Amino acid sequence: MSTPTPIAGGRSFQALRFCLPVLTLAAGVLAWDLIVRLNHLPPYTLPGPWLVLTTLVQDWGILSRSLLSTLVTTFQGFLAAAVGGIALAFLFNRSRLVEYSLYPYAIMLQVTPVIAIAPLLLIYLPQQVAVVTCAWIVAFFPVLANTTLGLNSVDRNLKELFALYGATGGQALWRLKLPSALPHILGGLRIAGGLSLIGAVVAEIAAGSAGAGSGLAYRIAESGYRLNIPRMFAALLLLCAAGVVIFLTLSLLSHLVLRRWHESALGKES
Amino acid sequence: MQLVSPGRAAIRLSGVTRVFANGVQALGPLDLSVKAGEFVSLLGPSGCGKSTALRLMAGLLAPTSGAVEVAGAEDRRRSIGFVFQEPTLMPWANVWDNVYLPLRLQRLARATIRDRVDAALANVGLSEFARAYPRELSGGMKMRVSLARALVTDPDILLLDEPFAALDEITRFKLNNDLLDLWRRSQRTVVFVTHSVFESVYLSQRVFVMTPRPGRISDIVAIDADPLRDESFRTSADYAAHCRDVSRALARATATEAA
Repeated sequence: MSTPTPIAGGRSFQALRFCLPVLTLAAGVLAWDLIVRLNHLPPYTLPGPWLVLTTLVQDWGILSRSLLSTLVTTFQGFLAAAVGGIALAFLFNRSRLVEYSLYPYAIMLQVTPVIAIAPLLLIYLPQQVAVVTCAWIVAFFPVLANTTLGLNSVDRNLKELFALYGATGGQALWRLKLPSALPHILGGLRIAGGLSLIGAVVAEIAAGSAGAGSGLAYRIAESGYRLNIPRMFAALLLLCAAGVVIFLTLSLLSHLVLRRWHESALGKES
Repeated sequence: MQLVSPGRAAIRLSGVTRVFANGVQALGPLDLSVKAGEFVSLLGPSGCGKSTALRLMAGLLAPTSGAVEVAGAEDRRRSIGFVFQEPTLMPWANVWDNVYLPLRLQRLARATIRDRVDAALANVGLSEFARAYPRELSGGMKMRVSLARALVTDPDILLLDEPFAALDEITRFKLNNDLLDLWRRSQRTVVFVTHSVFESVYLSQRVFVMTPRPGRISDIVAIDADPLRDESFRTSADYAAHCRDVSRALARATATEAA
């Protein structure tokens, strides 16, 4: 029998964790490049990685404006989802009547594919509002569901303690429920960040065919019509990077807020 | 700050019952009276309603029938301290803020009560750990924080619900002594719920022995040993004799149910 290797820790293990994904990426890019070169694929079928990169640099002016536009939409949708989801969860927690009246419709909104709602929203709402609404619809449910879970998992004894010391509703909310639910809320926000980007992209695609968009998704659709495939890839690369950055930012936020006391954040540090 | 003069009843339960929502009677009818400044234990098998009785005294539960009278009950948040079976600390707050909680909920500003919180922490020997977070403390230290929090309001009545049950024996003995010491210095009324015969004898002046559900008082055993007890009491013949008495009383209480 061999001695068991520790699951985490150890410098070589850390190095491996960093090197392996980088090596995978390098191998993937290399394979992509070889496939394009060996098969003499034209750029309108599959551009090579180098061409995508140069397009990204050359078209940076137009692409960066689109990136900014998409990020603004995503951020607005995310903010609306965060505020709306958390507020609604607290409202549900305070009043069963509100919860029973609204919860089924929150679920309906969640299970209806947003791509099917987007064209309708674009008819009735100004374009930017419609796009933000799409981002909000996709992103708010995980915030609502996670915050609700957090509020329901308040320690029973702590609740009694607050009751014993005559805590007001506001004190119990601020000093007990909110901190108890915080890890769950942050988990919900982390999911919502990625989803609001998806919502924004879906809405832009739906709006793009109406012809008035300027976001990255619109850029992808437009480039597709023009058979400018390298730019499609460049825009896709930016979207992917934006998603990763959003996720990392929210993970960092979560870690900073919880690092002093919550188990989920402690594991990473020690 | 004694609201009740010694000798008078600090807590009196008369004909108290408590029936669960599913119709099962958890408790009673229960009659008991605790004198001001007295240290008593509620001893009984698990599920006999000891914790329920304690929560009735704290006002966390209302009796289904009967009367619960607690001295100073008009201002519960000041007159009663409660220690749960678990430390029940807020993991997001450090030790100091956890102890500060009861005063903070009374809207007393940090600056005005700094000394009281510091004193409560010093009382349980945790002054150096004021800035630590609960996760950094051992089980025994967490329980001390819980004790400090219950005492920070300087309550006349201290209610403890099997507070040391989850601790190892060495830590438990130490905390038993600390608790006796705290009680002697303040002479507040203490009701201690436990399922340990030895713990109840070591700590109390009187042991209320309870029957299985629905819990009733089947015996009251007076522990007439010197209240100035220390570790030597644990090995004394006097202690052994009292433990034997209480064990027998407990056996009788559980036997009536089985019959």
